[in-house]
Amino acid sequence: MNRGDDRVPALGTASPGLEHRLYELWEGEGGLQGFLSTVDHKKIGLRYIVTAFIFLLLGGIEALIMRLQLAAPDLKLIGPEQYDQLFSTHGMTMIFLYAGPILSGFSNYLWPLLLGTRDMAFPRVNALSYWIYLASGIFLYVGFLSGNGPNDGWFNYVPYANRDYNPGMSEDFYSLGMVLLGTSTTVGAANFIVTAMRTRAPGMSINRAPILLWGTLTANVANLLVVPAVSLAFFLLWMDRQFGTHFFDVHAGGQPLLWQHLFWIFGHPWVYAIVLPSMAFVSDGLPVFCRRTLVGYPLVALSTVATMILGFGVWVHHMFATGLPALGMSFFSAASIAIVVPSAVAVFSWLATIWNGRPVVTTAFLFFASTILLFVIGGVSGFMTASVPVDWQLTDTYFVVAHLHYVLIGINVFPVVGAVYFWFPKMTGRLLDERLGRWNFWLMFIGFNVCFLPMHLTGLFGMPRRVYTYGPEMGWTTLNLITSVGAFIFAIGVVLLVVNVLKSRRVGALAGPNPWDAHTLEWSIPSPPPPYNFAVIPAVATRHPLWEGYLDEEVRSSLDRGLLLDKAKESLGTTPLDALPDMILRMPEDTSAPFVLTLGLGALFAGLILKSWLLMICGLIILTAALLVWLWPRRELREREAAHG
Amino acid sequence: MTGTTPLGYLASAGERSHAIVSLTWFTLLVSIVVCAVITVLLWIAIARARANGGAAETRAIRVGRAPKALRWIGVGVSISAIPLVITLVWTMVTLAATSGPPADAHLVLDVTGHQWWWEVHYDAVQPDQSFTTANEIHIPVNTRVLVRLHGADVIHSFWVPKLAGKTDTIPGQTNLTWLQASVAGHYLGQCTEYCGWQHAHMQLEVVAESPQEFQRWRVQQLQPAHNPLGESEQRGRQLVEFRCGLCHEVRGTLAASRVGPDLTHLKSRRLIAAGVLPNTAGALGGWIEEAQGIKPGCQMPNQNLTAQQLTDVVAYLETLQ
Repeated sequence: MNRGDDRVPALGTASPGLEHRLYELWEGEGGLQGFLSTVDHKKIGLRYIVTAFIFLLLGGIEALIMRLQLAAPDLKLIGPEQYDQLFSTHGMTMIFLYAGPILSGFSNYLWPLLLGTRDMAFPRVNALSYWIYLASGIFLYVGFLSGNGPNDGWFNYVPYANRDYNPGMSEDFYSLGMVLLGTSTTVGAANFIVTAMRTRAPGMSINRAPILLWGTLTANVANLLVVPAVSLAFFLLWMDRQFGTHFFDVHAGGQPLLWQHLFWIFGHPWVYAIVLPSMAFVSDGLPVFCRRTLVGYPLVALSTVATMILGFGVWVHHMFATGLPALGMSFFSAASIAIVVPSAVAVFSWLATIWNGRPVVTTAFLFFASTILLFVIGGVSGFMTASVPVDWQLTDTYFVVAHLHYVLIGINVFPVVGAVYFWFPKMTGRLLDERLGRWNFWLMFIGFNVCFLPMHLTGLFGMPRRVYTYGPEMGWTTLNLITSVGAFIFAIGVVLLVVNVLKSRRVGALAGPNPWDAHTLEWSIPSPPPPYNFAVIPAVATRHPLWEGYLDEEVRSSLDRGLLLDKAKESLGTTPLDALPDMILRMPEDTSAPFVLTLGLGALFAGLILKSWLLMICGLIILTAALLVWLWPRRELREREAAHG
Repeated sequence: MTGTTPLGYLASAGERSHAIVSLTWFTLLVSIVVCAVITVLLWIAIARARANGGAAETRAIRVGRAPKALRWIGVGVSISAIPLVITLVWTMVTLAATSGPPADAHLVLDVTGHQWWWEVHYDAVQPDQSFTTANEIHIPVNTRVLVRLHGADVIHSFWVPKLAGKTDTIPGQTNLTWLQASVAGHYLGQCTEYCGWQHAHMQLEVVAESPQEFQRWRVQQLQPAHNPLGESEQRGRQLVEFRCGLCHEVRGTLAASRVGPDLTHLKSRRLIAAGVLPNTAGALGGWIEEAQGIKPGCQMPNQNLTAQQLTDVVAYLETLQ
């Protein structure tokens, strides 16, 4: 994003000639070169979604193997070493490589369309963020596939992660991989925040933005603040392991609890970061199928922010059993109970929207509506763990496993699949099959609840987390078998989603620009959208630009007539709160710099893990060269002044 | 219901867990009621759906403005706040009652978590009144017992659900917890912080008994091991001293290492290998020969003794009453 010149951009209406001009300006190259150099947010968004979904499938396979091992007592399908790597890799995959990135993918794809602009604020940073995410995913999975997957759970407590107790390379792969992934998340977060603040269509003041803007913006502000904590923690761990620093080494005055604080001060906000955007899918999607506007938009928007703010003050509830002072814990207990309030606002807003609406039951609606119930179940079990004495019993049993899966599957996977049904027509131009969709939904919904509802009881009956087997005398046999059966039903449901996507993208019914008669800007442009998104930059007058006719609004948005910005690859910058036109943004051309930079970074990290100076130096050289090319000031981007005279 | 689940925590056998069980039941019932109410509301709302289908059916329904339904949020949040406030107050009261170590503890234990067993030390003012055992804790009923928790290697968590919630054993710090049993009985405990390969097999047992029985047990535990008379036992004792003694202690013999569990009164315990096997001669023999098969990754190596040696060792261990 660079300041353009002082021109006043011309107003005009969309026409085939204009669209042709814009197409020439915005369409990237084809072929491998184009694939590696694109900065188009739609392509990057789809890559994020597909990559994250592949990780979801991998994590799912890991889960199924564990469910086979636990299906009956004393099974020896896999041993403790394999089990430990499986549950750790499953957690790492689902929480870090699926749940966060899938939402980044949707927001990457959708934000410029929802906001009425032509790309993210920093398209090259966007590409960089994706490539580094991919590199870290590959890095971590190279570890897993070479027998060096993480083996200390996703929260990786020291001293078990220290070299004394964990020789081998597992923890080196995990620490370095997480530092790499943290880079991706951080640059992505900066991009989301600036995009939200500076590129909304003129007139889309902050109170007219879709809830998805609030959800993803809030999540990314949190990420920007807390991801450094976990990156630091993993870096210190790696230093302890490689150079004998003593941050976590008890024998030299290091502190095991330092790790837990650094991890959870990140970890709990992260939980909200991976559900607030998907909750926003529900807030934005449900009204379309209820044919009514969302009840209590301002309250839902504010509760999103309130959840995050409170979310910074609850991390100690992961540490109630670590012997902290009771007075200190009571504050965190109170905050963890108070956080129920903003969540309740969202739940009752959704219920009121359905109740007062004219709901149409579609597959997307079923996924969104079921989220409400799963959210409540995951919410009340979370509220139970907020009470310190109760948590002393619940924590580290299967009750918590049930709770966190209701949160992460219930409020992430279900709304994400709903979002796939909802926005697939926009992304591909074709509708997903609704009949297959019903099978997809019911198998996932029933399978999920058969799997995880009885798990609460398994927990109340005392089964600890992270045990690779259990004895028949413990009273957990039947419940575990039911859970395993449910897991496989759920898996069949997920497979049907894959089938539906693969089938419908070829033979699905054509969607047209607005198949659901929905209200936000992305539905005003063709499906799939052209590379420039909007032929003219729309001017927004209300919260529901496409429903103004139905709602008898006094003012109307202008969708066909707006700023042309067709002289170069340009978009519009607006002011942060009121979205008044402020500047012309000169958008960068496609470039391989982000990809090459990632190659350098990948080589550097591969060198660090292999302790190869040669690789490290090569990586650094490539990285520096890519940065120089990227950052070299260019006159056409007005990064330096034209010579005078 | 929980009688068949040794680690279940919806039933209690002591004052500390009792206070927690009532609060757990309250929050559990509130949770179930909330889920039921929301399910009914959601069900009714969806049952009023105008159509069932896809994009065409959706488009066919005319859009309107949501009626002023903010009352939903106001009423819903207000009602939700009631159980939240009750829980908050109840939590603080229970926390105050259950957290602090008792001032009047008559018995003080030092429990240390090891990969993957529990070292139990009975502290006493006079050194000759203190002793060390493993994996089985005896306490007198109706007595508050202070437990100081230590970490030897990685973090473990000490949990005897019928008597108390979890407290972690963390290297470099001493955590305090306390136990009190109102009813005599055997109570299962389990490590609940993931600690490596054999986290699953790191159990302990708390035996709550009458003060007289406890006193008898204590006096017996204070004794050094008897010197056995039989020839096989004598040979076994030598083997134990020179092989097992590298890691284990049998008080009164040359075996005096503190790396593994104290074996002085091994046969007084109900289970071996931290809850994995019953304490029979056969299981003991199997454990000595095949520890890595029974508990892969544990610190106890397979011994590869000859049949005669194994018979002798087991014969000697059987005398450690």
